[in-house]
Amino acid sequence: MTDLLPLIVAKYNYWLYVILMMIGLYAMIAKNNLIKKLVGMNIFQTAIILFYVSIGYKVDATLPIIQGAHGGQGAAIQAADYINPLPHVLMLTAIVVSVATFGVAMALAVRIYQRYQTLEEDELRMRLSE
Amino acid sequence: MKLLGFIVVSLAGALLLYGTQDFPAWGDPQSPASVHLSNDYIEKAVDQTQVPNLVTAVLADYRGFDTMFETAVIFCAGLACFLLLRDFSKKRERYYRHVSTGVILHVKNQEKKLTVGNEFEYMDKDWVPSDLIIKTICRILIPFIQIYALYVVAHGDFSPGGGFQGGVIFGASFILMAISYNLKTLVNRIKEKVFGIFAAVGVLIYVGIAALCMPMGGNFLDYSKLAPLIPGDPGHIRALGMLGVEIGVGIAVTAAMAIIYINIVSEGRHDEGL
Repeated sequence: MTDLLPLIVAKYNYWLYVILMMIGLYAMIAKNNLIKKLVGMNIFQTAIILFYVSIGYKVDATLPIIQGAHGGQGAAIQAADYINPLPHVLMLTAIVVSVATFGVAMALAVRIYQRYQTLEEDELRMRLSE
Repeated sequence: MKLLGFIVVSLAGALLLYGTQDFPAWGDPQSPASVHLSNDYIEKAVDQTQVPNLVTAVLADYRGFDTMFETAVIFCAGLACFLLLRDFSKKRERYYRHVSTGVILHVKNQEKKLTVGNEFEYMDKDWVPSDLIIKTICRILIPFIQIYALYVVAHGDFSPGGGFQGGVIFGASFILMAISYNLKTLVNRIKEKVFGIFAAVGVLIYVGIAALCMPMGGNFLDYSKLAPLIPGDPGHIRALGMLGVEIGVGIAVTAAMAIIYINIVSEGRHDEGL
């Protein structure tokens, strides 16, 4: 245990994301209600988004907008002064796409409810086998 | 099932946690993600594109192809919601409200129709009167939200923002209107067809700007070749191309958000909804 603690403290962000991701995965596997499964999927996506954003972070760096770019001091741009823009770009689109795919999933859930009058998985399976 | 799920999740979690040992330290500037391509972006993007916001520069220029298809994904999501849920079937029973007195009429016979106008209006069975305070506050708030969304799109090259964010804020203003009044107010004000056309136009603007570069002698999405078309400093042409593309993204996202919301809350019937 004494060896584990410094390990957790050094990488606590990754530990948190893994725990969050596993909460989402557990909800997707074990929950019976389709909407709860969707919420689990969203938690899973959030964990991945946080993970990517934390990869882009650099100590003592500012956000990736070049200061004084137009008519500025003309100082050379140091890559270490700005955080990595690439994970932000990937996650920016991923967030919006996750909202859109969540919308499609909700639409499917609405259709399932209209047809079978339930969103519980075991009841759905029963209806399907009838 | 629950136990099995818990075991699987614990095993996967333990493996991932074991894997974090080999990850770079948090905020390490020398981590593998930050030493190859991203340094090139940070150091050269302003020279090459004149856009200080690196996220926009990478999103709309270096990775323009990716973003184009992300926009197409949003459009397809709106289309999928429409196709899955839209219900064109006529209702057998109709409810009408007499506008001035608030008397509600229930017409069971489909043949007998009332003309909807200043005297009568359609209503739902499970209609709930909207609250005056909420309506008033939202009426004041919505224009400001929309102006802010336009600012976020237009200023995306220089400050945090861009088409996706601005589009979502603009779409949220429509959703707020549908929540605070009712869905019918929104659908009457902006027709369903208009949203559909706007979603397609947004994608078309993106693809159109990208394809316009080809007859001008460049590659697909090579904005610098558009310089003869637009008067002004040719150095800023890439920034202007990105702005055009972001506007397209914003329109597509706004319309797709509205389509998804409208169809889900009313189950495709486009009545008074939530």
